[in-house]
Parts: sequence; structure tokens; C-alpha cells
Amino acid sequence: MNDVLTVRGLSVTVRDTALVSDVDLTVGAGERVGLIGESGSGKSLTALSILGLLPEDVRAGGSVRLDGVDHELVGADERRMSRVRGRDIAMVFQEPMTALNPTMRIGDQITESMLIHRSRTKAAARTAAADLLELVQLPTGTLRAYPHQLSGGQRQRVVLALALANDPALLICDEPTTALDVTVQALVLDLIVRGVVDRSSALLFITHDLAVVATVCERVLVMYGGRVVEAGPVNEVFTRPRHRYTEGLLAASDLESTSRRLTTIPGNVPPAGRFPSGCVFRTRCAHATALCEETPAWTGSETEGFACHHPAGVADA
Amino acid sequence: MKRLNPSLIAGGVIVAVIVLMALVSFVWTPYDATLVSPASRLLEPSWSHWFGTDKFGRDILSQIMVGSRTTLFVGVVAVGVAAVIGVPLGILAAMVRRWPSEVIMRANDLLLAFPALLLAIMFGAVFGASTLTAMIAIGIASVPSFARVIRSGALQVMRTEYVLAARAAGRQPFPIALRHVLPNVTSLITVQASVSFAIAVLAEAALSFLGYGTPPPTPSWGRMLQESQEFLFSAPRLAIFPGIAIAIAVLGFNLLGDGLRDRFDPKLEDRR
Repeated sequence: MNDVLTVRGLSVTVRDTALVSDVDLTVGAGERVGLIGESGSGKSLTALSILGLLPEDVRAGGSVRLDGVDHELVGADERRMSRVRGRDIAMVFQEPMTALNPTMRIGDQITESMLIHRSRTKAAARTAAADLLELVQLPTGTLRAYPHQLSGGQRQRVVLALALANDPALLICDEPTTALDVTVQALVLDLIVRGVVDRSSALLFITHDLAVVATVCERVLVMYGGRVVEAGPVNEVFTRPRHRYTEGLLAASDLESTSRRLTTIPGNVPPAGRFPSGCVFRTRCAHATALCEETPAWTGSETEGFACHHPAGVADA
Repeated sequence: MKRLNPSLIAGGVIVAVIVLMALVSFVWTPYDATLVSPASRLLEPSWSHWFGTDKFGRDILSQIMVGSRTTLFVGVVAVGVAAVIGVPLGILAAMVRRWPSEVIMRANDLLLAFPALLLAIMFGAVFGASTLTAMIAIGIASVPSFARVIRSGALQVMRTEYVLAARAAGRQPFPIALRHVLPNVTSLITVQASVSFAIAVLAEAALSFLGYGTPPPTPSWGRMLQESQEFLFSAPRLAIFPGIAIAIAVLGFNLLGDGLRDRFDPKLEDRR
């Protein structure tokens, strides 16, 4: 089976400050991969650089390849990228309240996304738009509605319908449920999973919510300080974390309620560019030693492994 | 339904009256506005001549009615020129990278620093004085204010997620400008247009007063003011009536602009 997305040595810098360094990431066809981490860990930047949508003075380096696209995505010009965007990769953004154009009817926005890539004729696009709305469980009348007439959850479902319109090989969701209330979250998550499974699209799901990752994804990557610190199958990572950061994150999320106190990771995420040299987590890690001043090497395979000098599950040396 | 605010109503009514007056003047005026009749020169206001007559015996009311056409014409031309150039320029400046955008905006500042009336007089000297040349000049001079307002609005639109989403969906910049940015800055365009309209009306009056605007015999409020100069002490009404007409028109368009701004700006609405 081909890998849909292959990211190698991705780095994102603004002027001389590295925001994301050396990220390797592979998403297989139809695979659902989670990307988790606190705010400022570089998750969203990773996603935006895959699409080539970084802000003007932010630069990406390294390599991003997509199956079926014969050119490198990093540094590709707008013209080539716009052919890839929306057709091969689609994205769902965090904020449903602003993700739709307030001056266009929902139906027009959905058909537009299909007409951009000429994947359907105008009439076929209209029918397909109605089908898509049905898929996200919205009444057909929604086609004629303006965004302000819909609630946040309804809008996010429209955004999902937009993203799925061209049956993308890869769907990227950037915190799609963070702005929604819990009851709507479950529905939207369900629709996302069903949408990608039906189309056998791959999913890259970005969130800080571990519970969401556990329900949606098969494999997970943990990011901290712009680096991938641990990767592996969801079950493996969540039950037997190796990196000390993952361990702290899990303890704080209280997935297993072994501790009675409210556990936190001491300290704060440093501002961008102020991460320590060597292991990025060492300033907040209880297990850090002098050894951690060196960047820890990746242990394990590309799909399953960690970067820590003092991994959990091993007696401290 | 949103409550209509007083300035919107007042401005709307004044503008409507002026438009109505201009329309009526096409089919009916009390007298022929350009008819010279030495027998009835410098008449005081009376039942037969409500606003009196000028030094050539022309009826002032008729002239003001016909003059409103000139006023509306200059406003439409000047605002049209300013919007057609200024709006695309503003959107362009918001969408291109930092450097070209700076170049556009600094060129804009340069034009902004150039006095509008001087530009119009220059145009009049080069192309011959006419209402149209004067108004194209005023329009060009109003481009910078349009470009600025539209750029700031477009910058906000460019930061929204639906524009990011449109780019993520593979939309090219030009369709994004047309389908996403332009419809979302129309309220700004409307407000700026009504304010620029008032400025253009005033500019035409000033230019006609200086002799660079509407040439005779086409009635124009500005030129009526100019012709009244020599009678300022003996017959001040010759200056007062067109003066009031200009003031009301400018007030009307400004009120309309303010009213529209209040109505469109959600931040102001919360405070009410």
C-alpha cells in the first residue's frame, strides 16, 4: 500500500527562529493519524506547511511529498499548489464561525469547491452538494441558507462537507471540534471518521484532546517544541508512553485515574524560539540530566518510536 | 429588523429630495432656467419667482433645480472614477506580498498629499474646463481615500478563515478577490462612496466658483455663487439660496454616510 503523505525533515522558521524542526511524518492510504501536543508545539504550522499556506514571512524547509503528485510540495509555486489543494488534500479549520463566507449561500460555497477543480459539471455539482449535506446530516434546505443562519456545529458540518467535496486523498483537520460543545463534538467526530472511511481517504487529525485522538485515530504522533517526540499506535502510546512528555501529558489528561491529585506538567511551554538546546523538554522534565543537553536520537522505527534519553518504562540509570 | 438610526433617515430623505428635484427638473421647472429676460432682472422673491431672479433675469429656483442635476452628475462621476480605481487598488494592496503593497500605498500617499482642487485646475488648464474633466480630476484625487479604506477592510477579510479555507480548497487569488473579498467590503465601499460624494459636490462648487468647473450656461450651484459676488450687499439672496442648497446636499450625503457606517459596523451596534 502506498503512503499518501510523506514528510521528511520538515522545518518551519520565521526569520532565524525555528518553530518546527526535523519533523518526519508518514500517513498511509486510508490511515487515521493523530498529531497531539500543547498550544505552540507546532502542530498547526506542520499542517499549514503541508498545504503551503504558511504566513508570508514564515518559511518551510525539508520535503513534503504526496502520492499522485509528481512534485515537491515545499516551495512549490502557488499555481501548482492550488491544483493540489482541495483536490488531493483538503482541510477543516478550527473556527467554524469564520470558516464560511458570510455573503455566499451554503450551496454556492459547496458547489464552488467542486467547480474549482472542474471535477463535476455545474448541474452535477448541485446534486453532489445536496448529497454531501445529507452525508453530514443537514436538511437539504441548508443549501439556500446563509452561514449566519446556522449554529457552530452546523457550520462545522458544512465545512466538513466542503472539505470532502472532491474526495481528497488526505483530509487534514486542525482542532475541528475544539470550538464546539461536547454534545456536538461526538457527532462531528463521527461524521469525520465516516466521511474518510467511506472515501478511503487518509486523515491527519490535529488536536490537544487525547480523548478525541483515542476515538478517532489509529496512530498518533506527539509533538512538543516543534519536534515529534514520540510516535506509535494509539493503544501503545497511551498505555505505555515512552517519552517523559507523553507520560506527563497522559497523567495530566487523567485517562487512567491512578493519581488522586490533579496532575500537571510543571512549568509552561516556553515561547517560540526559547526552547532549550538538546532535548526540548528538559527544562520541564523531572528526569532530565546533563545527558539531555544533547539532542536525543530517535529510538525505534519511523512509525513507532521516541526521542528521549531517559524513557519511561525503564529504570532510571 | 434593525432600528433605523436618525442620521440614516435624515440623510436618506435629503438625498432623495435632491434626486427627486433633479428628476422633476427634466420635465418641469417654473421657468426656463437659462432664459435671459432683462425685464425681470434682480427681482425680490415673490409668488411668481419664489427665490427671485438673478442679474440676467433668470429664475433662481429653476436654476437650483436644474443645478441639482450637475451636482448629482459630478458626484456620480467623481465617486465612480474613485471607486473603479480605488477599490481594486485597495484589494490588490491587501492581497499582494509586503513589498508591492508598500509601493502601492506609498504612491497612494503621494497622491493624497496633492491638493484635489489644484489637480482639478491643472486638468482644466490642460484639457479645457468642463464639468467632466473637473470631476475626473476630483475622482482621481479621491482614489487614495478609497484605496486606504478598502485595503484595511480587505486585510481583515484576508485574515479570516474562509479566505484561508478558499486557498486550502485551491482557489486562485483573483476569484478569491472577486467572490470572497469584494462582497465582504461592499459596506465599506458604500460608506466611502457617500462621503466622497459630499466632497465631490463641494469641490465642484468650489471649482465653478473659481471658473474651472461647469462652464455657462449650464446651471451649477457653484457658479451661481460666483455670479452673486458683485451683488453680495445689494442682493445677498443670490448667494444664500445656492449656498444653502450646497450645504444641505453636502450635509445630506455626509449624514447618509454616517448612518450607513453605523448600520454596517457591528462594533458600534453593540454599544447602542
